[in-house]
Amino acid sequence: MASKQLRILVPVKRVIDYQIKPRVNKTGTAVETTGVKFSINPFDDIAVEEAVRIKEKNKSLVESIHAVSIGPAKAQDILRNCLAKGADTSTLIDSKDVVLEPLAVAKVLKQVVEKQNSNLVIMGKQAIDDDCNNTGQMLAGLLNWPQATNAAKVEFTDNGKVNVTREVDGGEEVVSASLPLVITTDLRLNVPRYVGLQNLMKAKKKPMEKLALKDFSNVDLEPRLKVLSVEEPQPRAPGVKVNSVDELVDKLKEAKVI
Amino acid sequence: MLGSRFARQLVRVAALRDSRCRSLVVRTALTGHIIPDGRFYSSKIQPRLTSEAYPYVKRDPSFKKLTNEDVSFFKSVLSESEVLEASEAEDLAFYNEDWMRKYKGQSRIVLKPKSVEKISKIVKYCNEHRLALVPQGGNTGLVGGSVPVFDEIILSVSNLNQIRSFDAVSGILKCDAGVILENADNFLAEHGYIFPLDLGAKGSCHVGGVVATNAGGLRLLRYGSLHGSVLGLEAVLPNGEILNSMDALRKDNTGYDLKQLFIGSEGTIGIITGVSIMTPTRPKAFNVSFLAVDSYESVQKVFVKAKKDLSEILSAFEFMDCHSQALTKKHLPDAPYPFEDDYPFYVLIETSGANKEHDDAKLESFLESAMEEELVVDGVVAQDETELKNLWQWREMIPESSQAEGGVYKYDVSLPLQDLYSLVEAANVKLEEAGLVGDAPKPVIKAVGYGHVGDGNLHLNVAVREYSKEVEKALEPFVYEFVSSKHGSISAEHGLGFQKKNYVGYSKNKEEIKLMKDLKQHYDPNGILNPYKYI
Ligand SMILES: Cc1cc2nc3c(=O)[nH]c(=O)nc-3n(C[C@H](O)[C@H](O)[C@H](O)COP(=O)(O)OP(=O)(O)OC[C@H]3O[C@@H](n4cnc5c(N)ncnc54)[C@H](O)[C@@H]3O)c2cc1C
Repeated sequence: MASKQLRILVPVKRVIDYQIKPRVNKTGTAVETTGVKFSINPFDDIAVEEAVRIKEKNKSLVESIHAVSIGPAKAQDILRNCLAKGADTSTLIDSKDVVLEPLAVAKVLKQVVEKQNSNLVIMGKQAIDDDCNNTGQMLAGLLNWPQATNAAKVEFTDNGKVNVTREVDGGEEVVSASLPLVITTDLRLNVPRYVGLQNLMKAKKKPMEKLALKDFSNVDLEPRLKVLSVEEPQPRAPGVKVNSVDELVDKLKEAKVI
Repeated sequence: MLGSRFARQLVRVAALRDSRCRSLVVRTALTGHIIPDGRFYSSKIQPRLTSEAYPYVKRDPSFKKLTNEDVSFFKSVLSESEVLEASEAEDLAFYNEDWMRKYKGQSRIVLKPKSVEKISKIVKYCNEHRLALVPQGGNTGLVGGSVPVFDEIILSVSNLNQIRSFDAVSGILKCDAGVILENADNFLAEHGYIFPLDLGAKGSCHVGGVVATNAGGLRLLRYGSLHGSVLGLEAVLPNGEILNSMDALRKDNTGYDLKQLFIGSEGTIGIITGVSIMTPTRPKAFNVSFLAVDSYESVQKVFVKAKKDLSEILSAFEFMDCHSQALTKKHLPDAPYPFEDDYPFYVLIETSGANKEHDDAKLESFLESAMEEELVVDGVVAQDETELKNLWQWREMIPESSQAEGGVYKYDVSLPLQDLYSLVEAANVKLEEAGLVGDAPKPVIKAVGYGHVGDGNLHLNVAVREYSKEVEKALEPFVYEFVSSKHGSISAEHGLGFQKKNYVGYSKNKEEIKLMKDLKQHYDPNGILNPYKYI
């Protein structure tokens, strides 16, 4: 790699806002999306924040932050917020209504990485719509790069290494890798900032490249899974109020949980 | 304070767990010390008995003291779970103390009837035996109206908590008075409708309670007052009669509009048991922007501009001064604050409408030109629903934050818009002159101002370390005189309760007061409903 500076790529996905309760459509084939609020996947928001913080902490370390989203044309709203928060450039890959599986996404992203000459990818560990938690790992595999998943802390050492703290059962695990690297973000990594008005206006002038899936015609986008049906989970039984600790204990015993 | 500072993290953790979480989680996390039954206190300091703090108020000897026979009668009407008696282990503090922990009554019994008929029997009995009653809803009222002053029986409507019917064509909701506001709103949300009133206490206050206080809240600007949206009421009169006007008609000009009298009557002429209310369709798209401005002058200019540029999608316009934000920041140290710098004033703007793209475009061009015209010095826009809720908390958490250090003197006034903030400045000067403001042990932390600019309604909160006569003397009647001199109202939306009973004359003339007293006398000749309060 020519320069030691970071060229960070942050892939972001537009998903149903996580405050909104998703509903299954009438035909039982998918989640209803019309008239539903969409926002940036919260883990991706954390990824953007982390990239910007790395840059703010050490300006000379970062050459560029590029945000990319594969999704409908409206995904430009979330890209614009990324630009407002501090990404320098962005790409929208218009996928129309096509829903891509993680492997296809990873293949497209691989080409973006190559085109952008990125040496660090920071992305959400999963998207809250399908909860797959695959794309980062697959992208690292396809690129043959190391991966540090579920990051709770990211540090750059003087000798050019990246230390990533991961939360694991019973404690923390610190992994170390050199660039290039794929990092996937966990909740505790940071708390994203709000989008400032001034920056939002400036972001309008920042570049947003527009591509379509057909620009990736050499990638096999065919789904490998077939959705048979989509169903709502069983509704939870309503809770009961107890009047005393004894009654609580009785109920718990009845339910065979103690 | 359980959780509030972690609200944001909490949401994210919840998002991780099951990908989705309901707004309820956030709301409850934002509302302070949660105690069983969902209510919360905002201060840890033990309140004094009202009878001790206000020794000039004397118990009316014409009221009978509760006897064993009375209790037996109540038990003959009500089941065991509908009667709570004070005992060594249970002082009924939950019902005797108000939300601010400023007032504390000494009631020995709480009745929680499960039907309107039972309420009717009890009220009739109390009237015949001259037993004084306090109607109680969610007990979130801010003027000491919902708790007894002495030994009044507490009549809680919390067990009347069913939705009666909903017409998805007209949007008319009929429900029991004890339905919690947030539950009503969640129910309506399922049907694509919204409760036309929203306020910080929504997780605890009742539909009947907000009608009884004629609460205004955060969306009055958009949906108007309850005097317009409430279509009918069911109430138990002091003699035990049930007045039913639940038939909800949008238009009905047959005689006096009796229900209007109960809206804002604060439990003094009847117990509201059922409410019919017109609900609007729920907007599909909400936006929230939090702006920093450099003067109160600019707050007004931004308001005028917002009305013009955002017109029909503007649903809330709230302002806050820097002092209120300083207290809130202190109270929520870990919540991400929208700005790095401090500014003199802040404005929260909410838009809601049917079409997100349309609203976004409107809001964007409004914000852009407000920045260009330098009306606004800085600002943020919520990019998702969680940020939207979190931005709201910088407004909604002010009441709790103002009293986190001990207590708060609250004044809720209407003033001509140009004079709105001058009251806060005058109050600070007055308190400074009296040498009451400063670091501990001075009693006053700061007088802060915020409120519903859109409705000409200011909340002056004097944050104190403890309630003291000195502070009260500096503020009252000073605040009321100030408001009166500007021809404002000493009670914009919180009501009169115990706090403002003696100050009505600052906003109403003799004839008005006489007519009110006549009405009270007519409905409640024995004065058993909510005595020592209101008028
Ligand atoms: C955090 C917070 C924010 C608030 N924000 C606002 C705001 O923005 N705007 C605003 O207007 N108010 C606001 N309030 C105050 C508001 O008045 C109350 O929250 C609400 O209206 C009271 O409802 P409640 O069910 O708790 O009634 P309570 O507090 O129980 O009672 C209030 C009064 O109504 C009477 N009452 C209650 N239920 C009945 C009934 N069924 N029949 C007859 N009388 C009854 C009581 O006797 C009492 O006089 C706020 C309060 C809090 C704590």
